[in-house]
Amino acid sequence: MTDPYQDPLTSSPLLEVRDLSKYFALSSRWLSRIFTRQPRPVLKAIDGLSFQILRGQTFGLVGESGCGKSTVARVIVGLYAPTRGEILFEGQFVNQRNHRFSRASLHSRMQMIFQDPYASLDTRWRVRDIIAEPIRAFKLAQSRAALRNRVAELLLQVGLSPSDGGKYPHEFSGGQRQRISIARAISSNPDFLVCDEPTSALDVSVQAQILNLIKELQRRLGLTYLFISHNLAVVHHISDHVGVMYLGRLCEVAPKRILFSQPQHPYTRMLLDTIPDLSLTGRKRQPVTGEVPNPINPPSGCPFHPRCPVTNERCQVEQPHPGASGESMVACHAVEENRLQ
Amino acid sequence: MALLEVDRLRIEFPTRRGVLVAVDDISFSIDQGEVLGVVGESGAGKSITGAAIIGLLEPPGQIAHGTIRLQGQQINGLPNEAMRRIRGAKIGVIFQDPLTSLNPLYTIGRQLVQTITTHTDLTTSQARDRAIDLLNEVGIPAAKRRIDSYPHEFSGGMRQRVVIALALCAKPGLIIADEPTTALDVSIQAQIISLLRRLCQEHRTAIMLITHDMGVIAETADRVAVMYAGRIAEIGPLRDVVKNPKHPYTVGLMDSIPVIEEENDELAHIKGAMPGLQEIPLGCSFNPRCPDAFDQCRRERPDLMPTGNPNQVAACWKYDGTTNND
Repeated sequence: MTDPYQDPLTSSPLLEVRDLSKYFALSSRWLSRIFTRQPRPVLKAIDGLSFQILRGQTFGLVGESGCGKSTVARVIVGLYAPTRGEILFEGQFVNQRNHRFSRASLHSRMQMIFQDPYASLDTRWRVRDIIAEPIRAFKLAQSRAALRNRVAELLLQVGLSPSDGGKYPHEFSGGQRQRISIARAISSNPDFLVCDEPTSALDVSVQAQILNLIKELQRRLGLTYLFISHNLAVVHHISDHVGVMYLGRLCEVAPKRILFSQPQHPYTRMLLDTIPDLSLTGRKRQPVTGEVPNPINPPSGCPFHPRCPVTNERCQVEQPHPGASGESMVACHAVEENRLQ
Repeated sequence: MALLEVDRLRIEFPTRRGVLVAVDDISFSIDQGEVLGVVGESGAGKSITGAAIIGLLEPPGQIAHGTIRLQGQQINGLPNEAMRRIRGAKIGVIFQDPLTSLNPLYTIGRQLVQTITTHTDLTTSQARDRAIDLLNEVGIPAAKRRIDSYPHEFSGGMRQRVVIALALCAKPGLIIADEPTTALDVSIQAQIISLLRRLCQEHRTAIMLITHDMGVIAETADRVAVMYAGRIAEIGPLRDVVKNPKHPYTVGLMDSIPVIEEENDELAHIKGAMPGLQEIPLGCSFNPRCPDAFDQCRRERPDLMPTGNPNQVAACWKYDGTTNND
């Protein structure tokens, strides 16, 4: 398997995941389980994911609800332990037990921004304490004056004023709250930020402000992002590489320009076709059919085959694996066999 | 005559700290078979307007003045019982979250049959046949079997189809759809949009489509009303508003939407945020964020005025003195 990013001129990957999987055991009553002699049902939230994120770049992860996007975020930052697979940060294994003592230094370099700015900030804390918490936890400030200066600097950096530090979260609008969570996330000087739907709860005019801020911080601080969203236009705007997920698997990973101009996987094509047409060209599109199946009981073979327009017998039984196709990695038998036009 | 006419509607919320004006003097109309998209950010007054039309304004909200006329008959201020008969029979409603608009304790069949028998003269068994027809029409597979399922047995998209079937029970002339696709995934959203459009064409049903998503509007609406801080900033045919917006707020709103066809590093954005109801500025409510604001904007509140395009009006002093004959 060749690596589509293998280019000696580009930077090295900051984060790499290999065969990452996270299964959740679903409890059913043990007595009925014994009587029916069925194994414990397992939800494969993510199953065998491999991708890399290059330093200073943004990797966009897109998919519909329930496809496992947020689980990927949580496994990478360490909120869930992976069931299988490896996470490498700067080439170092992150998720092995014997590295546990180095987690604190790792966590200061990897931070997360959550979707709902109303839920992710403690309503009883002042903004300056919210922002200072990571600095205190990782002991990054030498004195109280240094801490105060750092918080003021962070507030300015995200477009708020240092005097806002004395206020409480409820005094701010949704967009300003998301600025506060961004300030908190960058307060420990991280290299890597996981942004899980950071603009989904915001209105469009405010969304544009936050997207611009996220991009500006990347330029200024050299940040690397994993950016998760269900909104393809937002992912297109912010990403360098894009991965498309369906039912816990990656169907297609490609550089942004290629993914949006020459989508290969039938699911990617379907998703791109659902983007509302703001230029009112009135183009005809393939009608979308079906829904995402229940992930507890996914279809056999390729998980997309019941909705796929080019499915055949092989797709129903054999699970496709990601393979290089041009500059993209695509997990599709039809692409592999050149059955697509 | 328009199907629905809203004239100088003003909705107030009296509070201990004074009266909050949620909707301030708005007027618009919807013709038979027309889809009017109402777009705006949260807090702009879109949903409140919809709730006022169906008489479900939550207290202490009240209509301070203005009229709402359906087929020429005034429907605001009607007694509850009369309003209840109009709701469902003449105006159908679709809400954002299909799980909360269905009763989890009853099968969907029972809910549909009850709605149909309430508003029509059909017997229970006739109503059941009609319910199955409706479920077929909104695209629920194996409707005959699924009619006896409970709401939790359906997926989100299928539930929203059931809600649409419920809204259609009495063949209303107008449907108020408040964020009907916001809780759904993009691929399901596309299906629901095309369903709504098909129903609108087949039954000549008018739809007032309330959403924050300009993309949904672009796919569905015939005309668009853009709301900002309780006022209509601009109203006009879809193509004109999207391609050639007149109000500076609409211009900023359209520019701030990321578009795949365009490759730009930075999105245009409107600085600041929409004011809360207790801090609406003097003059035009958009003036502190407006790049084109001048003196008059800070003193006087503009009403909708002609913009040079016969069908498109905007509440902006820039167009003061413009006539549609230009």
